[in-house]
Amino acid sequence: MQVDKELDARGMNCPLPILKTKKSLTDMTSGQILKVISTDCGSVKDMQAFSNQTGNELVSTEEAGGEYTFFLKKK
Amino acid sequence: MKKMAIIATKGTLDMAYPPFILASTAAALGFDVQIFFTFYGLQLLRKDLSDVKISPLGNPAMPMPIPMPVMVQMLPGMESMATMMMKDKLKKKGVASLEELRSLCQEADVKFVACQMTVDLFDFDKSEFIDNIEFGGATTFLDFAGETDICLFI
Repeated sequence: MQVDKELDARGMNCPLPILKTKKSLTDMTSGQILKVISTDCGSVKDMQAFSNQTGNELVSTEEAGGEYTFFLKKK
Repeated sequence: MKKMAIIATKGTLDMAYPPFILASTAAALGFDVQIFFTFYGLQLLRKDLSDVKISPLGNPAMPMPIPMPVMVQMLPGMESMATMMMKDKLKKKGVASLEELRSLCQEADVKFVACQMTVDLFDFDKSEFIDNIEFGGATTFLDFAGETDICLFI
């Protein structure tokens, strides 16, 4: 998957990963992919909810070694 | 656009987090958000938030590293110590500071309204408050709150 922008949210706790994700999406264009890496296990559900609420599609979620990687497609 | 209104009435560290966390997150989700600060909640609008503390006294649910009798909790300096320990914990766990969450709210256009009656009641000096806040009363709040999807009293 082609990633247009990356956000390192490691070490951040609720609600920072979501707030930073929202900020990162602001200057992106429709259809671009944002990759977010987080260590907050709560962000798995929160990112899905963020996607539901804002319409930015959560293309995929990966988990490895306590790190969560999200790919969001900007609306 | 969805709307959310919050009334923030408490001025302690633990009770300061929920309004700012919910407001900043709702704003990130595209909500139009307003927080009405009244009574002790007004402390959260001061430029200097170092007086926002947590007290172990009368707070039996507060997790303690060691069991602490009430007679010890009431000793001078215990409040500052508990606050320091809590802030240290928040930082270690990657939780944003109140200052950071508050400015994220303002960046995201969350509207802060300070209760004018409380300002008068406690003789607050308006120059102690952060910029870009409004002053109003119950009617100002209800005018916005009446049209909201979510309305919380904290």
